[in-house]
Amino acid sequence: MIINHPLLGPRDSQEFVYLGDAALIHRPDGMAEGALDKFIDYTYLRDNPAGTHRELWYHEQGDRSWLVVTRNTVTHEITAVELARDVARTEGRSK
Amino acid sequence: MANPLKSLTPLGHDKPITEIIGAVTIIENVGTALASLASRRGREAEVAGAAQTAGIPLPGPGRSQAAATYSAIWLGPEQWMIEAPFATHEDISAILKPIFGEAASITEQTDAWVRFDLTAADLPALFERLCNYDLGRAGVGAATRTVIDHLGCYVVRRSDVEVSIIGPRSSAHSLHHALTTAAKSAF
Repeated sequence: MIINHPLLGPRDSQEFVYLGDAALIHRPDGMAEGALDKFIDYTYLRDNPAGTHRELWYHEQGDRSWLVVTRNTVTHEITAVELARDVARTEGRSK
Repeated sequence: MANPLKSLTPLGHDKPITEIIGAVTIIENVGTALASLASRRGREAEVAGAAQTAGIPLPGPGRSQAAATYSAIWLGPEQWMIEAPFATHEDISAILKPIFGEAASITEQTDAWVRFDLTAADLPALFERLCNYDLGRAGVGAATRTVIDHLGCYVVRRSDVEVSIIGPRSSAHSLHHALTTAAKSAF
C-alpha cells in the first residue's frame, strides 16, 4: 500500500505506523462538566465502518509527522491524506 | 603532554575507512559536524531571516541544499539538520545558538550519527536493494529519512554519482554490513 504523503509524495506504508480512528484528535476537556462520560466515549467507543474511515497514521520511518488518512476499509483505497497538524488547526486548536 | 584520549571513528578505528567494492566506493566520512534546528512556534519568519543572514540554507520538504560553509537537510515541518565542516565547527551548536537566539531549538547531533558517502555510476541499482526510497526518481538535492536494514537513516543525494547515508552511530557496523552486502550483490 502506498500513502501519498502531503509533503513528501508517495511513500511505502511500511514506513508508517497506524494508530486508529482520527476521532482521537478530539480529546475532551478533562476539567469540563460531564468530563467522565465524555472520556468513557473517547476511550472506549469507536465507529467500525465497512467503508470510508478517517484514521491517524504516523510517519515513523520518515519525517515523523502525524497524518489523517481517509481510507476505504473494504478496498483499501486512500482518497485523502492531510497533515494532522493542519486538521487540528482548521478546527481551531494547536494555534 | 600529548592528549592521551584518542577519538575513534564510528566503526571503531583510528582512521575512517575507504572501501571499493566493484563499482561502488564507500567512504566513512567523519569530517562533518551536525546539529538539528527546529523553529519555535510562531517564530518561523525570524528563523528564516537569521538563517539567510548567516548563510544557512533552509530547504523545503524532501530536499537538501548546500551553501558556502553550511548545508542543510529537511527533517520535518520547520525542522532541519545543519551540516558544517568538523574542522572549523566542532562546537556547532554553540556557534548556531547565537545566530538564532530564542527563535529556534538547536541540538548537537555530531556524535549520534555515522555518515557513509557512496559513489557509483549507477546508484539506483544499489538503492533498489537497500531501501524503499526510489532514488531513480529523486534528483540531485533530494534528501529523506527511510529504513535501511531496519535502521532509520537519512539518504542525501549529493550529485548524480554520490549519495550520503547518515545512520545511527551505535549501529554503524550493522549499517556498514548492509551497504557492503548490497554493493556486492548489485555490482
